[in-house]
Amino acid sequence: MNAAAAFFYLFAGVTVASAFMVVASRNPVHSVLFLILAFVNAAGLFLLMGAEFLAMILVVVYVGAVAVLFLFVVMMLDVDFAQLRQGFLNYLPLGALLAIVFFIELALVLTTRFVDPKAFKAAAPAAPKPDMLVTNTEALGRVLYTDYVFFFQVSGLVLLVAMIGAIVLTLRHKAGVKRQDIAEQVARTKATAMEVKKVPSRQGV
Amino acid sequence: MSSTVAAVPALGPALPEIVLALGALALVLIGAIRGDRSTGLVNAITVALIAAAGVMVAMQGGGKVSTFNGAFVVDGFARFMKLAMLIGAAVALVMAGDYMRKEKVHQFEFPILVLLSTLGMMLMISANDLIAVYLGLELSSLSLYVIAAIRRDDVRSTEAGLKYFVLGALSSGMLLYGASLIYGFTGSVSFAGIAKALQGEAGTGAIFGLVFILAGLAFKISAVPFHMWTPDVYEGAPTPVTAFFAAAPKVAAIALLVRVVMTAFPGITGQWQQIVVFIAIASMGLGAFAAIGQRNIKRLLAYSSIGHVGFALVGLAAGTAGGVQGVATYMAIYLVMTLGSFAVLLSMERDGEYVETIDDLAGLGRTDPVMAFVFAMLLFSLAGIPPLAGFFAKWYVFAAAVEAKLYALAVIGVLTSVVGTYYYLRLVKIMYFDEPKAAFEPAGGVVRAVVLASGAFVFLFWLWPAPLVNAAGAAAKSLF
Repeated sequence: MNAAAAFFYLFAGVTVASAFMVVASRNPVHSVLFLILAFVNAAGLFLLMGAEFLAMILVVVYVGAVAVLFLFVVMMLDVDFAQLRQGFLNYLPLGALLAIVFFIELALVLTTRFVDPKAFKAAAPAAPKPDMLVTNTEALGRVLYTDYVFFFQVSGLVLLVAMIGAIVLTLRHKAGVKRQDIAEQVARTKATAMEVKKVPSRQGV
Repeated sequence: MSSTVAAVPALGPALPEIVLALGALALVLIGAIRGDRSTGLVNAITVALIAAAGVMVAMQGGGKVSTFNGAFVVDGFARFMKLAMLIGAAVALVMAGDYMRKEKVHQFEFPILVLLSTLGMMLMISANDLIAVYLGLELSSLSLYVIAAIRRDDVRSTEAGLKYFVLGALSSGMLLYGASLIYGFTGSVSFAGIAKALQGEAGTGAIFGLVFILAGLAFKISAVPFHMWTPDVYEGAPTPVTAFFAAAPKVAAIALLVRVVMTAFPGITGQWQQIVVFIAIASMGLGAFAAIGQRNIKRLLAYSSIGHVGFALVGLAAGTAGGVQGVATYMAIYLVMTLGSFAVLLSMERDGEYVETIDDLAGLGRTDPVMAFVFAMLLFSLAGIPPLAGFFAKWYVFAAAVEAKLYALAVIGVLTSVVGTYYYLRLVKIMYFDEPKAAFEPAGGVVRAVVLASGAFVFLFWLWPAPLVNAAGAAAKSLF
């Protein structure tokens, strides 16, 4: 067993175990933390496959943004998960059915692969030969900013619209809220900020 | 290691779009620095930018140019539809100024969102591959969802925005699903590549994808059976926003639909023709019958627009150059009629409040004879009564359908048109024969100018139809 295989089993084992704990743990905050652990290990699996860009994106987007968002929601919304779980057993048959269907599909794919490798090859298009001199990130960058620059820029505009829309529809300037005004802070002088009082002894102010 | 510098794609064909995009970015900055005081200024600059884009589109040369690896195409059809759409957007925005001031909507973001939506629609019209279609559609739709809900403290406006957003997201999902199927079964996202892969016969998978793409696009043009959002959104959104919805996005989405079926699926005309015939008949029928019971003019115009989309699709169903010419002519005339009707609606202000039920029109013939006459002409034109412009619009699409031997479709179209006449005539009757209510407050100069200009257009179109019809004909030819 070489090092790559050892790491594979390490990452895969931790991923499966933490995925199970996401569902099984009682405290929702723990669930989210286990989810983060699963994401990080999945990123490790991607690294082993040589997909370093996907691994980084998984860490940056899912761990950095999505999971943190989950954490905020779980902490702020005060959802009573114990109550949500009460009907859990009622849904068990449906869940089991879905799991069985999914399992059969996976089994079909895998058996086709092992039983009749030719059919599998015919169905899938030939993968491009990896050019070892170019990393995934560089390969993406080469087309993203050249061939696909139009789509890239328009996507940027779509995100701009989303941002403007969110601000227009939700931002409210409330009166009477204390805000930091840096100009005013800087403009303060000793004369406006301080007052020197002579305090007579034994009498107080 | 190779370090070749990629060639910069030709930016010339997309110059109007680039100007709009950069303008929008600059306006966001102006608005952010100057705050809501700048709304008037931002509005004026936006109108100027749209007008400038219109001039640039009109000045672009005659041939067919594509850029960005064929994802973006400018041809006669794109120019015609872009011009119509830009006129609709600019007029709707100009009319919005007064209303927004009176109703105390002074977010400077409103004109910017209209501008970004207009940009998205220009990209839709020029889209020549499935990714560009989706991005253009999303850019325009996202902005539309926000401006539907721009009066965020008004329950109906927020409801309209939310409803539009949820259903719009669903339709985008369907479109994307269809696009992924098409890509999977043809191996190409560009329209030319799809057309090449689908020559002769198409497999079930590709037809499945085609159906989903058409369903997604039918939602955007609010054709039956994907029309459910239209009346609620039209009623809930502020009136100038509704005017914008009824004018520009309809033109852009119809143009997109025409380009998709004509350039990406010419090999399987028989397949999409059935679908287009069905949604045309269903839209015409529903537009004619459902509008009868409406009391609110905005809802009535919503059902009317559903019906008109059905009529325009009759031309598309023909699948010929003549049919596309009919669609282009129809959309241009529909645009003018719609803008005129909404201008009338925007001048219905009584005691400082805008009213929008049909009973508020009672006796307009005596209190404001000019407005009543023009509105009556617009309604007759919407109904398709000769010699007004609306009659010619219908004439061209029905003639194309008859030429393509779609007799049943043409007959059903004429019959539903007759049914539709009833509710337009009822409005005329209320204006001229019912007991007058108090007169409306005098409308703003711009709104009145739009009413008069659109009235003059529909009334005098028969004298000089050649420029529009010939331009539409040239536009249609560029697709074949």
